[in-house]
Amino acid sequence: MARIPTTHDPFNAVAEPKRRAILDALGLAERSVNEIVELLGWPQPMVSKHLAVLKKVGLVRERRAGRQRLYRVDMGKLKPIYDWVTPFERYWSESYERLDEVLSDIQKKEK
Amino acid sequence: MSEKKNKTVINAEPGKQELFITREFDAPRELVFKAHIDPDIYVQWLGPRDLTMTLETFEPTSGGRWRFIQKDNEGNEFGFHGVNHDVTAPERIIGTFEFEGLPESGHVILETTKFESLPGGRTRVTTQSVYQSVEDRDGMVAAGMESGVVDGFERLDEILEKMK
Repeated sequence: MARIPTTHDPFNAVAEPKRRAILDALGLAERSVNEIVELLGWPQPMVSKHLAVLKKVGLVRERRAGRQRLYRVDMGKLKPIYDWVTPFERYWSESYERLDEVLSDIQKKEK
Repeated sequence: MSEKKNKTVINAEPGKQELFITREFDAPRELVFKAHIDPDIYVQWLGPRDLTMTLETFEPTSGGRWRFIQKDNEGNEFGFHGVNHDVTAPERIIGTFEFEGLPESGHVILETTKFESLPGGRTRVTTQSVYQSVEDRDGMVAAGMESGVVDGFERLDEILEKMK
């Protein structure tokens, strides 16, 4: 099967752990490249390279503020990917949350 | 509601054929074990809320068979079946597990679930799932599930929670 190049596919873009680290470092904030460099302690060219990929697939938006460029996560773009990556975890998290409720009901009745 | 939220932890080391699911419960071991072998209780919790669960076969004894079907709102059905190798109350359940929705049959998983008593009437449930290949494991858990995918998204989980 032909693979879509990483730089065009948001799913492949977040498969790279370094790019997930950048998304995590941004969180809900808007940050400059230098701030991300400080937070992660990586060389600036490395941060810029991965940031460029995230920008290209639309997961990160860029805004110019004076001489600076600020970056933030586009949560609307990220959510579907996030939902898709974690179905297995959700299956068990949700099952066990339901089990919590069932166990709590049984214990109340027994008292 | 308990003060401390119990968290489901999934551990899948890269390149391995196994994974672990760990969860603690604010209930004694006998009761948590019962919730796994009592069909009336089992159907109340296994699977996401938006799926309807039907137990077709349920023999929670050593050598017993089981099969259940989970159906979504659009009528899609997901079947699972297996055989219980060892059911020892209230300690462990060992058995096979196969998802029927795969393109070919025979991709069987060996599951060992252990129930441990914790202080304060609490219980830890740990499931080890051993797959036939690393590809089987990674395919089941979702593409790109190297260790850390779940951990890496933990903070985003919190963020998305705030945005609701």
